[in-house]
Amino acid sequence: MPTATVSPAAVSPVVAAAALAAIDGILADLFARLGDRQDQLLPVLHGLQEGAGYIPPERVPEIARHFNLSLAEVHGVITFYHYFRSEPPPRCVIQVCRAEACQSMGADQLLEHAQAALGCGLHGHTADGAFGLEPVYCLGQCASAPALTINEAVFARVSPARFDALIAGVLADDARTSAMQASSVEVTV
Amino acid sequence: MTTMQIYVPCDSAALAVGADEVAAAIAAEALQRGLDIRVLRNGTRGLLWLETLVEVETPAGRFGFGPVEAADVPALFDAAWSPGHPLALGLVAEIPYLARQQRLTFARVGITEPRSLADYIAHDGYRGLRKALDMAPAAIVAEVTASGLRGRGGAAFPTGIKWNTVLKAPGSEKYIVCNADEGDSGTFADRIIMESDPFVLVEGMTIAGIAVGAARGYIYVRSEYPHAIARLETAIALARHHGYLGTNVLGSGRAFELEVRKGAGAYICGEETALLESVEGKRGIVRAKPPLPALAGLFGKPTVINNVLSLATVPIILDKGAAYYQDYGMGRSRGTLPVQLAGNIRHGGLIELAFGVTLREILYDYGGGSASGRPIKAVQVGGPLGAYLPESQWDTPLDYEAFAGLWAVLGHGGIVVHDDRADMAKLARYAMEFCAIESCGKCTPCRIGSTRGVEVIDKIREGTQRTQHVVLLRDLCDTMLNGSLCAMGGMTPYPVLSALNHFPEDFGQADTSQHAA
Ligand SMILES: Cc1cc2nc3c(=O)[nH]c(=O)nc-3n(C[C@H](O)[C@H](O)[C@H](O)COP(=O)(O)O)c2cc1C
Ligand code: SF4
Ligand code: FES
Repeated sequence: MPTATVSPAAVSPVVAAAALAAIDGILADLFARLGDRQDQLLPVLHGLQEGAGYIPPERVPEIARHFNLSLAEVHGVITFYHYFRSEPPPRCVIQVCRAEACQSMGADQLLEHAQAALGCGLHGHTADGAFGLEPVYCLGQCASAPALTINEAVFARVSPARFDALIAGVLADDARTSAMQASSVEVTV
Repeated sequence: MTTMQIYVPCDSAALAVGADEVAAAIAAEALQRGLDIRVLRNGTRGLLWLETLVEVETPAGRFGFGPVEAADVPALFDAAWSPGHPLALGLVAEIPYLARQQRLTFARVGITEPRSLADYIAHDGYRGLRKALDMAPAAIVAEVTASGLRGRGGAAFPTGIKWNTVLKAPGSEKYIVCNADEGDSGTFADRIIMESDPFVLVEGMTIAGIAVGAARGYIYVRSEYPHAIARLETAIALARHHGYLGTNVLGSGRAFELEVRKGAGAYICGEETALLESVEGKRGIVRAKPPLPALAGLFGKPTVINNVLSLATVPIILDKGAAYYQDYGMGRSRGTLPVQLAGNIRHGGLIELAFGVTLREILYDYGGGSASGRPIKAVQVGGPLGAYLPESQWDTPLDYEAFAGLWAVLGHGGIVVHDDRADMAKLARYAMEFCAIESCGKCTPCRIGSTRGVEVIDKIREGTQRTQHVVLLRDLCDTMLNGSLCAMGGMTPYPVLSALNHFPEDFGQADTSQHAA
């Protein structure tokens, strides 16, 4: 399956156009593979978000046309589900569980620590766009609370110290990656 | 030289505390020492406080070590994985927490490799389906009915009766839908089944399809569970490749196909009709009942919709017979309940037991008391819509009717423990806020009531006209209870009112708990 990694730092119109072209490739492939029955709408949205990182609003009309739905219907579906994004995600998305079992083991304090350590609020992202902090309601790790995810990888029994170590790990990986590739946009189709 | 076999779990709870790093460290260390070692990836045993629980195959059985971190691995090799090591746990099957359980649905969980169909079959897998293929559909349904199995997803409706409605419904196009949305805090039994024994769910759904005449099934898994989705995809592909799924299941001439559908982070999609809407590609808005999904469900066709545990329990019922299963349990709660013990508890995990065990036994004999070492204050059973139980109610047996008698619910068997630092008014506010965030928006009591509920509890907490606002809160809860279309709005008053009734001091009220219970 084709994949595309699009850096959130992609700002120039040329880069944006290249990114959208890559997204069109992903979409065309999904349409061909999944067909146009309405029950494939969520699989298409998932596939698009998996490949592009988000659901570009510019492409919603095309999706609506493909499924023979109104723009409002597709928009309604995208906004109903918490999982779908209409903007490119920060490079590193951290989701902290806020549900009861995690609360009982200090999830609120962990969230406070995360906000202070990253310098960004819940639902926000750091000034450089590297980290974003979001709530999530249960990751099924309730017996090993508190839990969080970093780009969908799950971590449990997360103390503030472990949080700091995880972030340090992400930053170290980043340093290694950026040393290896200078370009800000990498597209593999 | 014989190969030493070492098991390292690959369930996401083990991965979340570093199981992959442990497995890699074991392989690297063995290589460096020139030892012949095979690292196998089993599911979790469900003793979650011991993850990563590493097991070494010995002539006496599997010997456990835990919780193991990658850094512990060299020392474990230095000690030759001997029982003298500080992390040694003894034979895993003899650890009391596990040995005292009655594992029927979870019989294979933690023992087998979830990615191996051969291992599944070697541990009695697919015996239920083979039996079912020799039976008439009505006889399969009768067997499930006789077992006394009630839906494990929350409402506890008898599974056999639901299947019978679908069996008798006219038309040849029918569906089996598995509800794997598991959004409740404190629940992870569905996740463990899907990650640690996915074939049992595939087998259970195939039996359901054969029983009611459905040729297609969907498993709707929440997006928060990517590991579960991956394990199910592997299991389905293997089952199809070996003829356990497809147009001619095991040469019987009957067809059954299975597909995984991924949710998208909406709690309400666990409600069965909202789930069906979601599978159809729409927003997860609750449908009014009737019509029942059994008569007009997915794409308007007769549909069995069942929880993961309900479906995963069917293979053992068919294999060992209805009487075997229904011998476990008490009253009208037959068989076993997979209890999920979580939150502020020392020994959290998955405990499968016949109905009838008390909450106190679970909390202390299994759980070992709170993780913090402080007194336990309140226990929420049955997810975010379940009631908070104070200590005076902990001798209640786990049984659907006994819990209903307390104005509480067992739900999916999730138990979340809070110690004495819990602020019950804050937790009540959280319940209302959760409802406000997750409401599908179809009916006013839930959509508006939950938002108003947050505001009213805020007033109570800050002490503004407290007595009047407590009256208002009760009134609001009453409206939600009686006026909501589904249990999202209809049950949010359970955590709210139970917190208010049993812990009035947290709301700035005089203690009236003696009268309110
Ligand atoms: C708000 C809400 C959320 C629910 N979430 C789930 C869930 O996550 N998993 C589940 O199996 N049932 C859930 N249910 C219950 C389902 O509607 C339905 O009763 C169940 O899937 C039927 O399967 P069973 O008979 O096997 O229990 C939920 C119900 C409500 C009202
Ligand atoms: S009670 Fe809430 S979730 Fe249920 S139908 Fe009404 S608005 Fe939707
Ligand atoms: S409550 Fe946080 S993982 Fe379940």
